[in-house]
Amino acid sequence: MSAAPRIEDAAAAPDADTPPVEVRGLVNRFGERTIHENLDLTVERGEILGVVGGSGSGKTVLLNSILGLRQADEGEVLLFGQDVRGLSESERAKLERRTGVLFQQGALFSSLTVLENVGAPLLEHTGLTRDFVDEVAAMKIAMVGLGPESHHLKPAELSGGMRKRVGLARALALDPELLFLDEPTAGLDPIGAAAFDELIRRLSESLGLTLFMITHDLDTLYAVCDKVAVLADRRVVEKATVQELEASDHPWIREYFLGPRGRAAAAGASR
Amino acid sequence: MPCDHVGAHLGPGRLRDGEALCYEGLMQAADFRIVEAKGGAVLALSGDWTATALGRAPRRLARALQGRKLSAVDLSDLAGVDTVGLLAVLRASDEPLPAKGWSARPEAKRLFDYVRGLEPEKGPPPPRLDPITRSLVRIGQGVFDFAQEMTGSMIFIGRLVMALGAALSRPRTIRWPAWFSLTERAGMDAIPIVAVTNFFIGAVIAFLGADLLTDFGASVFTVDLIAISVLREFAVVITAVLLAGRSASAFAAELGSMKMTQEVDAMQVMGVDPFQALVIPRLMSLLLMLPLLTFVAMVAGLAGGVLVAWAKLDLSPAFFLQRVTAYVPIQHFWVGVSKAPVFAVVIAAIGCRQGFAVRGDVLSLGRRVTAAVVHAIFAIIVIDAIFAMIYLEAGV
Repeated sequence: MSAAPRIEDAAAAPDADTPPVEVRGLVNRFGERTIHENLDLTVERGEILGVVGGSGSGKTVLLNSILGLRQADEGEVLLFGQDVRGLSESERAKLERRTGVLFQQGALFSSLTVLENVGAPLLEHTGLTRDFVDEVAAMKIAMVGLGPESHHLKPAELSGGMRKRVGLARALALDPELLFLDEPTAGLDPIGAAAFDELIRRLSESLGLTLFMITHDLDTLYAVCDKVAVLADRRVVEKATVQELEASDHPWIREYFLGPRGRAAAAGASR
Repeated sequence: MPCDHVGAHLGPGRLRDGEALCYEGLMQAADFRIVEAKGGAVLALSGDWTATALGRAPRRLARALQGRKLSAVDLSDLAGVDTVGLLAVLRASDEPLPAKGWSARPEAKRLFDYVRGLEPEKGPPPPRLDPITRSLVRIGQGVFDFAQEMTGSMIFIGRLVMALGAALSRPRTIRWPAWFSLTERAGMDAIPIVAVTNFFIGAVIAFLGADLLTDFGASVFTVDLIAISVLREFAVVITAVLLAGRSASAFAAELGSMKMTQEVDAMQVMGVDPFQALVIPRLMSLLLMLPLLTFVAMVAGLAGGVLVAWAKLDLSPAFFLQRVTAYVPIQHFWVGVSKAPVFAVVIAAIGCRQGFAVRGDVLSLGRRVTAAVVHAIFAIIVIDAIFAMIYLEAGV
């Protein structure tokens, strides 16, 4: 811990305004089919970004490209200003500690209990004692609104909504700065979905998270998101607030926000 | 690399007095001091109190704070902080933390209040029984499971016979495309592995026979040994064991995952009998292919024997084949082939039965696939032994 590298790094280091996620000229192809063509997207720090698009518009492919689960055909993905492809193993691990992911089905480890699931990233990445990891896991579970009675259940014994909450608690385990959510409210009943929206909003306020959220849920867009990125025509056609998007003249966006469901969600949000 | 690890929620408040950003690579380990001041002890936190930098600090802090009353906290040296670090501080002492001193870091105070507000409680661990009761429970559970498994198998066999009867009485209901594709996958694609394995088995028997029988000057009987053992036992048993590993597992995994994705339920509500659609084609394809594969195995095993006899004993292939046709009765061939259909039914039935027994979770899928292979191989060996006794009594 000498002083020299610190100063050097400080000179080279991008300032705190570096966007957590920056996608430039992304191209993704499946055989002949092009999913993304020159896609650009930036997520600003502290922003809650909703990503919408029709079925098959490549929302999950985009998420996988950002997470490094899929190798993009062209273009680059920067996380906190670093190209994820050129990183060494240990640099990657550090980056992964700063991000959390909630997968669509929760992706809980089926052989572990709820408490062990949430504690897994902590045991993996920190030198904390087992007892303290359990306490932290209990705190994260409380954060997502589940009680202690759920601690020793197995994922197979949980309902869909609980599974998502536990998935969120696990994503939050290392106090990430950047959280990816893949359709967090899909498959939840309206009451559960509204509660989940509220939970996400409260958590992002208390913890100052940056959120990248794929969603189909118009209510979520109105209730939670600062900005919405619209995926259509193989790229991000617009990134703006919901109100601005309502005024857009892109045909797909018009249909999306001004269709019957969009209007109902807008009415619900303004009430 | 820049580490705003915690900076995201703490904002620029962390950049004090020209201090550079904290770097992930240069993360400072969490540390603390307890300073005795006039008004009482002051807890001074330093370094990063974050999940990754915490290490053993929580335990040390708890030990240091035991029986101590704090009057204030000093956060002037605190670098980064997150909810995990603050939970460690909160949990370190039973005494409530003093309100004094937080003003240096309002964000940390806010986060601390949030953590304290959660009142995380640990759930009671599931009750653990004492060892004696536990072992009794295990024995009871084992007996019960065995009985259930037997009942399940009986029900399965009953349904299988019914479905087979229905299929045979109305051949139009047989699903030919499924049958053909399964025949290719479970049968044709297995030819190379079956042939190669049996070739080596034949060769090994030939080596053994040549070695032993030459000592008695009866090396020519090596031919009889190879022919009888390959035709009667090895070809069919080795082929069946290979198919148990190849097809019983595949059937169990296929049907199991179809069960997990509710495909089986979808069939049922459509009025399609899953037995007709899934089990019968698998059963029939093995019923057709296992005897044929057994024949391939016999040819390959004899070829292995011929090669070794030729190389080691100088018995020409022509002599070998002439001796086989002249001195080895054809009944050995029929004994071997007659077992094939029985093994086919056993493999298909056990594979499908275990597949249908899969419940919702991934673990049960793994368990059931393992069970399918193990049960199938076990059944093959036992049934082969029963056949051996029956044929022995019958003098075949």
